[in-house]
Amino acid sequence: MATIDAGVATGRTVIYRHSLLVRLSHWVNVLCMTVLLFSGLQIFNAHPALYWGQYGADNDPSFISMEAVEDGDKAKGVTRVGSLSFNTTGVLGLSQVDGEATARGFPEWLTIPSYQDLATGRRWHFFFAWLFVINGFIYLAYGLLSRHFRRDLLPAGNELTPAHIGHEIVNHARLRFPKGPEARHYNTLQKLTYVAVIFLLLPLMILTGLTMSPGFDAVAPWLLDIFGGRQSARTIHFLTAFSLTAFVVVHVAMVILSGVFNNLRSMITGYYAIDHGDIKGDKL
Amino acid sequence: MSRIITRRRFLIGATMTASALGLSGCDALVESDRTKSVLKIAEGFSMKTQRFLLGDNALAREFTEADLSPVFRANGTSMPDNPQYLDWMNQQFSTWKLDVGGLVDKPMQLSLADLKALPARTQITRHDCVEGWSAIGKWTGVPLGALLKTVGLKPEARYIVFHCADEYEKTLDGTGWYYESIDLVDAFHPQTILAHTMNGRDLEVAHGAPLRLRVERQLGYKQAKYLTRIEAVADLGRLYGGSGGFWEDRGYEWYAGI
Repeated sequence: MATIDAGVATGRTVIYRHSLLVRLSHWVNVLCMTVLLFSGLQIFNAHPALYWGQYGADNDPSFISMEAVEDGDKAKGVTRVGSLSFNTTGVLGLSQVDGEATARGFPEWLTIPSYQDLATGRRWHFFFAWLFVINGFIYLAYGLLSRHFRRDLLPAGNELTPAHIGHEIVNHARLRFPKGPEARHYNTLQKLTYVAVIFLLLPLMILTGLTMSPGFDAVAPWLLDIFGGRQSARTIHFLTAFSLTAFVVVHVAMVILSGVFNNLRSMITGYYAIDHGDIKGDKL
Repeated sequence: MSRIITRRRFLIGATMTASALGLSGCDALVESDRTKSVLKIAEGFSMKTQRFLLGDNALAREFTEADLSPVFRANGTSMPDNPQYLDWMNQQFSTWKLDVGGLVDKPMQLSLADLKALPARTQITRHDCVEGWSAIGKWTGVPLGALLKTVGLKPEARYIVFHCADEYEKTLDGTGWYYESIDLVDAFHPQTILAHTMNGRDLEVAHGAPLRLRVERQLGYKQAKYLTRIEAVADLGRLYGGSGGFWEDRGYEWYAGI
């Protein structure tokens, strides 16, 4: 994060925040995760039920399911999570296809392709899974060699005290974002979130995905022991995708709330303006 | 695989959608031939990587009796409706014969009794449908590698094709008959067997009686049922739709290890 001191008079400093490789891998990741999510929902729709253990099919108890059930002379969409049941007609279990209510896990506006086509969904999913993994390895190698992880993502000891984290949570909740020197680096909540996404959730997606492959299970049978079986891995894959989606929603909300132009510019050009906060007005 | 939407059905649906609404930009991209050929790169990547990591003989996990699925879901055809098959079935498959031929030195015909008299392997393995579900079953059958050694493969043989007694999609040109193919790495894998027994009983009709393929490091659609003929070939292009299998001809990967 080299500093370029420009515009000091206006109370702003422009710093070089994101290296070219971080920016590129970020946007490749955006593309990959988008396609992986929507093609993944297409694959899920081929059998919209999740199980726990080594096996699981129609006659076995499912843990989450989406289905269309008869409701008088009409059908309704029902989503079940454990013993809880929700009417999700129109979105999950039953939604409109060509103006006709159709049994479907996720609706057509959430799947690639929009119509039911497992073969094509798989082709898209695996292609972008490869791109995602290659991109991820390049990013990991860069992060280690350039000390990006240690410098920018590893929280310092004093950042991990309950008082400090509590303070940051309050500030986040009030949408008060760091200014001046503190804005030069990620705050602790950002660091912890990014570390969790990069080193926990994304590897979990890859490993649970591989556990669903019968070929890869022969290469690494220990994956079945770690996750408790192929069907457990499928369930964890789904729940982790859900967690990543939640992360993206919060991430994008924060990008918008803390200065959408400045944030987007920094992830495109690398340059990020810091508001010193001691001079009034000049809000980005 | 009864619920996999076939290309035919999807084409009808897609045409109706397109004419009614106009294709969305996204679906137009999905259906372009160039997109499809680019996406296909991933299949070769997956196969080469898995084969590199697997070596030739890494085994699929074998489970115990306690792990067996209480109900093993039958999928795809559960009752072939052609007269020839019904005739075999009504005679408890005593008149059925497996034809082994193609690029082999000594073509053979084996009855079910012949097959049952051969040395067998028993394995409790997991069956993974491409749709996402799994079931664990116990299979007993003749190792395919041993049979192929008996008939002797000619040097130009590259693939083993499995012809089946079920016409899964009715077509005028006969391309709707179920078939599958594997290469010699999988054909000689120790867990690749021609199963005549499931969970200790004769294979049921719904599961492919009298004989089905088990190729344990790949997905369910490779596990061809109702076998009638095994053929060694040099290439797959001239058979049926040309992609090496019923579902492969309908867009699914030939290498189904993932």
